[in-house]
Amino acid sequence: MLKQILAASVFTLASSVIAQAGCGLSGGDVRILGNEFPAIQAVSQGAMECADDNVTVSANLTKEHRDLQVAAMTANPAEYSVAVVANSSIVPLMNDGLIRPLNELVEKYGDKLKKNQLITIDGKIMAVAFMANAQHLFYRSDILEQAGLEVPTSYEEVIAAAKTIKDKGLMEYPLAGTFKSGWNLGEEFVNMYTGTGADMFKPGSAEVAINNENGIKALNMLKELTSYMNPDFLTYDSNAASAEWEAGNVALMNMWGSRAGPISDDEGSTPEIVAATAFTAAPTLGGGSTPATTLWWDGFTIAANISDEDAEASFRAMMNGVDPSILTDETKGHAVWLIDGFEPGPTAQGVFATANAGAKPYPMLPFGGLLHSAAGAELADFLQGKESAEQALTDIEAAYTTAAKEAGFIK
Amino acid sequence: MRHSTFFWFVLPSALAMFLFIALPIVSVFTQSLHVAHDQVVEEVETCAVFSCTTELRVNAEATAELYEEAPLGKFAGLDNYANRSHLAFDEVSVVWAQASGPGEFFNGIYNLPFYKALTFTLAYTFIVTPLVIIFGFMIAVAVNSLSALVKGPIIFVSLLPMMVTPLIGSLILFWMIDARGILGSTLQYLMGDPSLSLKASSTLTWIMLMVYGVWHSAPFAFVVFYAGLQTVPKDTLESAMIDGASRWQRIRYVVLPYLMPLTLFIALIQLMDNFRVFEPIVGFNAEAHATSLSWAIYNYMNADSKLLNSAATTSMLTIIGVAILLTPVLVRTWRDFNRR
Amino acid sequence: MSQAADRRSPILVFASISFLLIWLLMASFPFLWTLWGSFKVQGDFFSKADWSYAIFGVRTIAETGAPFTGAGYYGAWVQEEFWRAVINTGVVVVFVVIISLTFGALGGYALSRSNYRYVFWLLMLALIFRAMPHITLVSGYLLPFFEWNLWGHLSTTVIVLVAINQPFTLWMLHSFFQNIPKDLDESAMVDGCTRFQAFRYAIVPVMWPGIVTTGLFSFLLAYNDFAVTALLLTKENQTMVPKIAGFLGSTQTEGNVMFAVASVVSATAPLFVLVIFFQRQIVSGLTAGAVKG
Repeated sequence: MLKQILAASVFTLASSVIAQAGCGLSGGDVRILGNEFPAIQAVSQGAMECADDNVTVSANLTKEHRDLQVAAMTANPAEYSVAVVANSSIVPLMNDGLIRPLNELVEKYGDKLKKNQLITIDGKIMAVAFMANAQHLFYRSDILEQAGLEVPTSYEEVIAAAKTIKDKGLMEYPLAGTFKSGWNLGEEFVNMYTGTGADMFKPGSAEVAINNENGIKALNMLKELTSYMNPDFLTYDSNAASAEWEAGNVALMNMWGSRAGPISDDEGSTPEIVAATAFTAAPTLGGGSTPATTLWWDGFTIAANISDEDAEASFRAMMNGVDPSILTDETKGHAVWLIDGFEPGPTAQGVFATANAGAKPYPMLPFGGLLHSAAGAELADFLQGKESAEQALTDIEAAYTTAAKEAGFIK
Repeated sequence: MRHSTFFWFVLPSALAMFLFIALPIVSVFTQSLHVAHDQVVEEVETCAVFSCTTELRVNAEATAELYEEAPLGKFAGLDNYANRSHLAFDEVSVVWAQASGPGEFFNGIYNLPFYKALTFTLAYTFIVTPLVIIFGFMIAVAVNSLSALVKGPIIFVSLLPMMVTPLIGSLILFWMIDARGILGSTLQYLMGDPSLSLKASSTLTWIMLMVYGVWHSAPFAFVVFYAGLQTVPKDTLESAMIDGASRWQRIRYVVLPYLMPLTLFIALIQLMDNFRVFEPIVGFNAEAHATSLSWAIYNYMNADSKLLNSAATTSMLTIIGVAILLTPVLVRTWRDFNRR
Repeated sequence: MSQAADRRSPILVFASISFLLIWLLMASFPFLWTLWGSFKVQGDFFSKADWSYAIFGVRTIAETGAPFTGAGYYGAWVQEEFWRAVINTGVVVVFVVIISLTFGALGGYALSRSNYRYVFWLLMLALIFRAMPHITLVSGYLLPFFEWNLWGHLSTTVIVLVAINQPFTLWMLHSFFQNIPKDLDESAMVDGCTRFQAFRYAIVPVMWPGIVTTGLFSFLLAYNDFAVTALLLTKENQTMVPKIAGFLGSTQTEGNVMFAVASVVSATAPLFVLVIFFQRQIVSGLTAGAVKG
């Protein structure tokens, strides 16, 4: 705690001192909108350093950023010149043409960027990614050892391990996950369905293709997992699941890589649990070869409805924000950085292992979010045993189709 | 009062409501009659951090052109109201045709998102509203009989549930009712069931949300009733006492009729507020077990792909629902009004 | 009701007192629990191991060396500058209450003194307006506010809160004014006052009790609002409730949750002062009939 306070006040001090120094911009107005978590705070602090007599830099980091971004950037001039987005939240901005291609700016000022940081669509660079994330397996090496188990690599092994741990009386609910009804549950479905190797949509169309045996396989596995979870699982988001882990109630869970750092720090848990916590790639499903998870990135985009001067200033300020120099001992633990010079520590291993095992990125499809919400809302009844897998899939399909018709993707 | 005087007196208030409520309602209504234009999509190569694929993309320029011509989207008439997300006429008739009994029919209906939300919303409204009124009245009577010295602090404490922001209040309560929280484990102890979890069962979640609703709104009814009690005409009460009326008779025949208009007022406000129940559902992570109409609107607007037309349609249905609920009160007000 | 003249059976007194005690416990317990817990660390207040940790502070002793810690308050007030949000809330609340009451008093007075049909329909319309879910309204404001550069300012939020609150204020004050005898302002007009002068000199002096009560509800609305303030204010202009929600963030950082808990306790303190201060007016205000349908 004290360390955090100190670090934060040093941060504020540093930025207010450097504020006068700037970073060589000739002028412009930089306004950043983004989500609020430590990694994005670090990036925006870096961008803030560019403020000087000619350049203003301000940031609004808030949980409500997704509700604001489309309206804020539709206005002309846009309220924000920079939007920090992820794979999913970039979609509405692209659908409405609210962000500008960055090819020229990258060519001029992007010499410190690596090729894979550039999110390129049809040859146009639309975003610059600075961190990656994925749900992958967290495991307790001590519990697995006591139960005489290997680290599971597939969901079938996860179930078997959970059964052994429970039967041996080591833990009552050995599994946890982010199964909260809504976005979290939708993400679990997308992950598990991706593990079957099948596509969620018919090729080249917006028609959904999940109501099949792959869908049933994914659903049944989700349900089997929940039978080893705390009965409250439908209320568990990543905060609640992490807290269970830190309390030592869970031996295996598929959890966001960005949580590996906070779980491994010296707060909220005992040294024994922290020492035994290890990370590996997400499990596979049904003998498939790709992990049943999706890869995510966070990056920044520049608004279309602003002057070229502001766009240039914004890009250069953000380049300062994602400069390798922001990687301090403190910030290294905040995320799996894509920034040049980042050496993955133990907490980043899981995400890298997952990516290396060939996991697929979360699709940036314009209608992907609709399926995600439909699944998140309709699956709760199935997981409570109130309806069959077939009925749940039919419901998801119907809910998605209704939504996609309204949004103009299906005629 | 002359029309022109009336106009100037009402103007500021009416203008504020016109600009910030009436105009949005008109725009929401128009929105509920439209759907998005057919999207112009194309397949393009997409390279993200990890790999390149060919994926569908919206052609933003072509779509913008469509909106240039018709900014609201495609006119859909009442389609939004009739589709599966709302009144679901087609789905309901299918369920009706296939169901073998009322139970099965209800299950089929309950599987549709709008009716699921409506069921909880109505149950919540009709259970919480009367309980709030009864509870608030009882507290008011009890507080009223205390000496003036302790009244101040007691009024403050009684107002606490209404004052603490629901957002944070429910976060803390959510933790207290966890199976391992203080209230949750007390309940387990009282019920003698160590596996009892309020969050895992739909029935218990409903009860929990309703108890929270009563707890949160009872102070409102209490304040209004308490103030009302101060004005009960003393001479009427005293003459009732002289006539030998018992305490209960005095409450029944003097106090209650006198407080009737107050009760109507509380009922009016509470019906409306409870019909829009939203915050506790989010605060208690209860979406899996209970959804409400307001929650549905939030859900349509909160996703990465917003469904603004659906949100607009559900909003209009909420207004219609409130209007139906309030009809009895409205009729009464109309009669009162004509009498004056 | 004077209690001296009102003899009650001991059983009734006992029942009434014990009911009240149960209610007071229910009303205050979560708050007292939070107050006590705000001086602990997150591992105690939200303990997954044993709820009694929140009482005895087992983890707090382990992490800080003492059973109580002010880290939540320090973090919220000093590190995160919660006082800015307090000032913003103060500004918003004061203006919302003043403007709401001014608009509402004028409108409510007129509605109570006119007998034309349109009065009824105006009142009904106000009710329908009140039925509109706030989230829909707010998301509708966003685009025009951004276009016209109105977004983010405290003044915009004040006006929106006033407008949203107007139906309730209007209804409450309308029924309150109905209880003020018409003779009062009509005799003033016979003496040669205009309608406004009659309102100013005959009605204003006697309307304060009703105003105070209606003001309390306007105050609570502005003080507790999240839907409007969370979406319409910039970071610098944030009021307390969205600020507290911000401490929780989308991913809760260890420690920040306790900032939120400490802020909740801090935010309740001014309400205490207010209620004690206005207690008598609130009661007499409603008394005067604000709520006599």
